[in-house]
Amino acid sequence: MAAVTTPHTGHHEPDPTESYLGGETGIKSWIFTLDHKRIGVMYLISVTIAFLLGGVFALLVRTEHLSHGRTIMDADTYNRMFSLHGVVMVFLFIIPSIPAAMGNIILPIQLGTKDVAFPRLNLMSLYIYIIGACFGLYSMVHGGVDTGWTFYTPYSSSDPTHGGVGTPAAVLPMTLAAFIMGFSSILTGVNFIATVHKMRAPGLTWRRLPLFIWALYATSIIQVLATPVLAITLLLLTMERFLGLGIFDPHLGGDPVLYQHFFWFYSHPAVYIMIVPGMGVVSEIIATFARREVVGYMFVAMSSLGLALVGFLVWGHHLFVAGMSEYAAMVFSALTFLVAIPSGVKVFNWVATLYKGSISLESPMLWGLGFIFLFTIGGLTGLFLGMLAVDVHLHDTYFVVAHFHYVMVGGTVMGFVGGLHYWWPKFTGKMYDERMARVGFAFVFIGFNVTFLTQFVIGSRGMPRRYYNYLPEYELGHQISTIGSYLLGLGFFVLLVMFIQSLRSGKPAPRNPWGSAALEWQTPSPPPLYNFITDPIITRGPYDYHLATEAELDEGWAELDARLAAPKKPHLAHDKPHTPSNVLASDDESAAKLDRDAEAGKDTTAHPDGKMDDVSPDLKGKQKTDDSGDDGKKD
Amino acid sequence: MILAPETFQLPRSMSAEAPSADGLYMDIYWFSLVFLVVITAAMLYFIVKYRRKPGVRPERTRDLTKLEIFWTVTPLIFLVIIFHVSFEAYVKNATAAEGAMEIRVRGKKWSWEFEYPNGSREAKELTLPVNKPVKFILSSDDVIHSFFVREFRVKRDAVPGQYSYIAVTPTELGDAQIFCAEFCGTSHSDMLGTVHVVTDEQFRKHLDDMDKMPEVCGDTGKEPCTPALWGRTLFVKNGCPTCHSVDGSKGNAPSLKGVFGTMQPMSVGSDTMADENYVRESILRPQAKIVKGYSNVQMPLFVFKDPQTDALIAYVKSLK
Repeated sequence: MAAVTTPHTGHHEPDPTESYLGGETGIKSWIFTLDHKRIGVMYLISVTIAFLLGGVFALLVRTEHLSHGRTIMDADTYNRMFSLHGVVMVFLFIIPSIPAAMGNIILPIQLGTKDVAFPRLNLMSLYIYIIGACFGLYSMVHGGVDTGWTFYTPYSSSDPTHGGVGTPAAVLPMTLAAFIMGFSSILTGVNFIATVHKMRAPGLTWRRLPLFIWALYATSIIQVLATPVLAITLLLLTMERFLGLGIFDPHLGGDPVLYQHFFWFYSHPAVYIMIVPGMGVVSEIIATFARREVVGYMFVAMSSLGLALVGFLVWGHHLFVAGMSEYAAMVFSALTFLVAIPSGVKVFNWVATLYKGSISLESPMLWGLGFIFLFTIGGLTGLFLGMLAVDVHLHDTYFVVAHFHYVMVGGTVMGFVGGLHYWWPKFTGKMYDERMARVGFAFVFIGFNVTFLTQFVIGSRGMPRRYYNYLPEYELGHQISTIGSYLLGLGFFVLLVMFIQSLRSGKPAPRNPWGSAALEWQTPSPPPLYNFITDPIITRGPYDYHLATEAELDEGWAELDARLAAPKKPHLAHDKPHTPSNVLASDDESAAKLDRDAEAGKDTTAHPDGKMDDVSPDLKGKQKTDDSGDDGKKD
Repeated sequence: MILAPETFQLPRSMSAEAPSADGLYMDIYWFSLVFLVVITAAMLYFIVKYRRKPGVRPERTRDLTKLEIFWTVTPLIFLVIIFHVSFEAYVKNATAAEGAMEIRVRGKKWSWEFEYPNGSREAKELTLPVNKPVKFILSSDDVIHSFFVREFRVKRDAVPGQYSYIAVTPTELGDAQIFCAEFCGTSHSDMLGTVHVVTDEQFRKHLDDMDKMPEVCGDTGKEPCTPALWGRTLFVKNGCPTCHSVDGSKGNAPSLKGVFGTMQPMSVGSDTMADENYVRESILRPQAKIVKGYSNVQMPLFVFKDPQTDALIAYVKSLK
């Protein structure tokens, strides 16, 4: 098994209390690390750079639209800008953003384990991502692409240097970039699925899995099953352009609509790769800041899997006007509406969770609530587009652009930035300036709505997307939208400054700044190399606020903080106050059990070495009793 | 016009198909608005009412299976209804009426070309009689385009290598805007056009006059027409300036300035005199002789009748 017990081979066992950011430093300790947290941090930096780059492209696109006709660039440059915005945001930012960057850091901690199942595969997925990104950069400096992120054939595949009708741009390196990055996505998916199945801490039953884990699990399934289709499709496209193989180009006997089927067979499920993890983040945030288990836990968890499943069956709605038969359109329209059910279930349950909660509006919660509002708009406008008769008018207009930005930005980016605020103290051990966080949120929220609500209106009035030039009657709408995008950009700039400031001079973060009952908050901030000072045994769910004392809820587990802060040495078996506080032990029995384990030098309970099922029988029995006691209502 | 004015959200509607699409749009719009307001109001109310207060504990989440089933099943019923009504309208709109007038629509980078049942062709502008069902038969000469007539609420991709169809009945007199809605390269956003919906009588007159030189033409459409000026109008309407400059600047295709009456180097190595026959051949069979350095460029095919070809030649002659 690829799992390792000592990620830093050749070194002695590290100090179990030392933060993952401490210990070895220097560039080698990062690029050769097998620690999921360090890999996650490198992902986080990469996707943030990609986000800023994609954001610059977006602002250039919006600036061009300040007036009709030429404003700052010519048509070919504009076409490259919107294409690069799409490619960078989708393949380099959104898809890896929450799963690969945030999930990598948080998933093993939430599972109470030391690392993911395959740490080397994890590092390899990062390398593959970087190689893919290099291909993308190569394409950008060699003329970029002007096909949109969708690479529709024959425009993308028919090479004009061989008499074709397509684009002269550097399509090949960009499709290869997307092809390569797909493998990174697949490897992350495989890794997460294995980790969730095999490496949960003892006592962490499926019923006790955090909803973020459920979301990542559903996402991983899509990544593993859908991404190979994209890989094959892009490979076929490459072969057509490079070798003149006739698959999609009608001049060579191919079918261009076939490409669209193939492409969306991946890219529609990919929409759920993007949004489902965001929903997972929001479930965590809502539970923490309402101090209440998300209502309908199992329904919310299953709705993630439901979205993953139904997401595979709706790709045809991208082809309603592409020349599909009316009856195929009927089937895809019906299936598309089914997507609304799990999405609706989530929204209803989140709102219901607020009812009789104990709500605080710290910055992560603002992003969580912002997500619900914006995602609801994104989802509802999806109904317009699912309705066949209405879609015929709205298809390929700015209405669609606004719709998917409400889902992708209002959803995923809000989830990503919200999650970043929420877990930042855990990732870095630093707090950020709450006032700046609020200012940044306000700018982003207002700027986003100004930008994209306007686009709904110009879209339903007929403004087609991917237009360099536009009719003068759309000018006012475009100008308002551009001003909104500047506010949006300013908001993200404020947040960037805030996070950098936090890294340089932020106050040290307490272990559990938000007073959450979830497992990741029970370990120090930032966590030690092996995530927990000792291997945790789970005796209750991540949202069991009713089991927490009033002091814990009001003051953020102050009592446990004090316990942890006192000793600077690893836990000692008989030293009762030093009982590993990362253990969510709600009674003395399990603590005693732990002490017995520690005494016997047993370290098998949560080792990432495939022995997860070797939990001693008495512990299993214990879990069962706990289950029926704590969670009896749900079983 | 009075029946279907432009609204804040929707452009003017000018076809028999538009009202059902617009009606459904407004229905779902109001539903969504109410839904959003209810969800947001509930959220804000809970946030205010259940703000964290010292000593007040959150209520433990209870098992609410009945409620969960309620809000899973109720939307399902609603969704079945909106699916049904929208599909019904879609199929009705997709079926052409008996005896509909067939118009061939060809998309090419970056212009729309229309062919009437009598074989006459026109670029960028299409004239249709009011209240007469029309069937567009779409195809593309190069990459995928999408034929979108905003005021008719119809749209369909024009795909190379296959035909696709739109059925529509214009119901209002006036002009409707044509867009290309599928990205097709550099001048995608200039691949526009206009549908003129006119009375039956005006339509017949238009067909009769189309292949003759009009009395007025030019940029303003008000200058007295000469063959060269009509040629220029046709040149612009057919999208030629996107590749051919007339001022000597280099584009995707040779500039036409000063070409007429001179020897032109060909890609096969020989030189050819650019006379009337050469220009005519280059318009109607662009691949026959290719100017040196442009063998990678595929100029689309154009079909013109003799008077129009003559006018284009006159225009090329005038480019000194």
